[in-house]
Amino acid sequence: MSTTAIKGGLVLDQTGERSGDVLVDDATGLIIEVGADLSGDVDLDASGCTVVPGFVDLHADLGQPGHEAAETIESGSRAAALGGYTAVVAMPATEPCADSATVVADVLAAAATALCDIKPAGTISLGREGNELAPRGELSDLGVRLFSDQGQGVQDAGFMRRALQYAGSIATGDGAPLVVAQQGSEAALARSGVMHEGEWSSRLGLAGSPAEAEELMVMRDLSLVRMTGVGMHFQQLSTARSVELIREAKASGLPVTAEVSPHHLSLTHVACASYDPRFRLDPPLRTQGDVDALREGLVDGTIDVIATAHSPHVPDAKERPFDQAPPGTVGLETALAVTLTDLDVGLAGLVPLLSWQPAAIAGLTEQHGRPIEAGSPANLAVVDPAHQWAVKGTELASRASNTAFEGRTLTGKVRHTIHHGVAVVADFQATR
Amino acid sequence: MRHLVSIDDLTAHDLHGLLDLAASFADVQAREVRKVPALRGKTIVLAFFEDSTRTRTSFDLAARRLSADVINFSAGSSSLKKGESLRDTIETIDAMGVDAIVVRHGSSGVPLTIQQWTDAAIVNAGDGWHQHPTQALLDSFTISQRLGSLEGKKIALCGDILHSRVARSNVAAFSKLGADVVLIGPRTMLPPNLDGWAAKVEPDLDAVLPDLDVAYFLRIQKERMAESLIPSEREYRARFGLTEERAAMLSPDALIMHPGPMNRGIEIDPVVADDPRAVVLDQVANGIPVRMAVLYSVLGPGQFDGVDSGANEGVDL
Repeated sequence: MSTTAIKGGLVLDQTGERSGDVLVDDATGLIIEVGADLSGDVDLDASGCTVVPGFVDLHADLGQPGHEAAETIESGSRAAALGGYTAVVAMPATEPCADSATVVADVLAAAATALCDIKPAGTISLGREGNELAPRGELSDLGVRLFSDQGQGVQDAGFMRRALQYAGSIATGDGAPLVVAQQGSEAALARSGVMHEGEWSSRLGLAGSPAEAEELMVMRDLSLVRMTGVGMHFQQLSTARSVELIREAKASGLPVTAEVSPHHLSLTHVACASYDPRFRLDPPLRTQGDVDALREGLVDGTIDVIATAHSPHVPDAKERPFDQAPPGTVGLETALAVTLTDLDVGLAGLVPLLSWQPAAIAGLTEQHGRPIEAGSPANLAVVDPAHQWAVKGTELASRASNTAFEGRTLTGKVRHTIHHGVAVVADFQATR
Repeated sequence: MRHLVSIDDLTAHDLHGLLDLAASFADVQAREVRKVPALRGKTIVLAFFEDSTRTRTSFDLAARRLSADVINFSAGSSSLKKGESLRDTIETIDAMGVDAIVVRHGSSGVPLTIQQWTDAAIVNAGDGWHQHPTQALLDSFTISQRLGSLEGKKIALCGDILHSRVARSNVAAFSKLGADVVLIGPRTMLPPNLDGWAAKVEPDLDAVLPDLDVAYFLRIQKERMAESLIPSEREYRARFGLTEERAAMLSPDALIMHPGPMNRGIEIDPVVADDPRAVVLDQVANGIPVRMAVLYSVLGPGQFDGVDSGANEGVDL
């Protein structure tokens, strides 16, 4: 049992910004005090840094079970902690996928020793095949709140309608609703597209997936939300029209939330001209106009969350030709730095999108994204907004090294991460 | 020139240089002994991950006529079938000490991707829908040979532009050499976006035929039928094929071209394929001196980098 004092930093949360030291206790996992000149058994220097509520990622593939060569819950949670995350929603596209209580229980068992809280997500359908409902009641009894089939999403509108209706009828212990999440594109229109359909796919001779494939799915799902009255979370928006559709839906009062990834806020389809499979992403990188619209959506509240879409792959997979490589980039360790470097909203603009807004969607507000005050759970990130560093995939804590930001120099890094009162990251290093 | 991946990497000056060099190798082809010692001691691997008879044979002959050692490596008979990765295959070839890899692959971008795994010169023999630069060079050579040059010539590329590496490389080469290029085909077979293409779409084949200097017809691949990009081969022929009636609308001096293998009766009628204006066999024949010029440019003494560089001095013709 020991106490840790985070000294000399600014404190930033939903109540505003102030200077102050933060004293935390690893026995209770709580903040003891926020004030001036505090000392603990261990002191962590936070001069020039900002102490913020720990980040919550709604969208990370952690590889376990089935893809342990690319990532494990342990390595993924270390990457998360280094990125300032104190909780991660682990996506269900594992092997086998999280469509049963058995798989979810295995994930929870592995998560017991992780460097951050792991909240498993479940699938909407058995085997992610879009035909039969997964036992979401049983999964919710294990604490699962968010459900997604990932990939191209649920294609059958009738099935999606039933999935929403059934979700609306499941009462959970803590009263938090089940969240049906969809990262979808209309499969028949997307076909075998491997990048955004447009100027660059035409030039590069790569099969394109048009923006309309995503937008049609967003339109369809919004209609189903309107029809059933059950809310939905839209994962990984990537087009300007998708942002506009969500904006209109929110304005008309539909219970919807939306997320965007750091890479869709930062990169465009021009990157694919190198044929580097690091830029093979799903949804694909799109145009500068889409990037600009996504950034506007963040600022005006249309988009609620920045979610990493952390997607680790073994090197072998990302050394295939562009059209044969699996899509995805790792993101847990770079999300803050990329958005801090490439967006001009500042840390105060990013923290809601990285912390308490995703915490609310994931049903994690008891422990994460809380105001920084005495008695709150000590789940904190200490950000050095001026720290410059160069991204090198092989130096990341993730087992995988497939980062779309390879070689980029970024400004801003998490210096310390406190997980339930324990410094899991101190001075840019994981402590275990 | 270190590698040849895409016509987009070459200037008009580079293209003229390669065509001039090809012309000197063509002269060699007319001699009794067609072989020169220019690349003696060099090893060239023909790495064909996708089946090809004519391009591989043409590169093979070109390399041998330059006295290079040639190793054939094709996907059907290789360790790729046993699951070896592209990287391992290229690193294995590289470890054997080769000077150039001529690569054909079904995926766009592979000739660029593999450069990180080998020091050998890379020559693109066709990648996915992306580029087939030696085809563009031999087509340009053929047009120059017949019409003097490409400058100011009106050339139509007709057919499946979307899925065609020949179209992408030919649009770049023909336009850089001064030709006016138009694209004709059903909308389902045209690229969704033509920004940055030095060509414009012409909706009506019959309207442009009388003005053309070159009518270039692309092969319709059978698998496009399964994707329902066109209703039937019959309807395609009626709307976009070079029928006898359409051939009659072409100028007597126009050239009829096709990269082969031809689907006689679909994109080109059997009789038209044998029309005196059809230069399909010239295209095939010109493949050899053009590929000799490319291989010599990436491997020869001083490595060719344009007509004025004097790089030709080293070649013993």
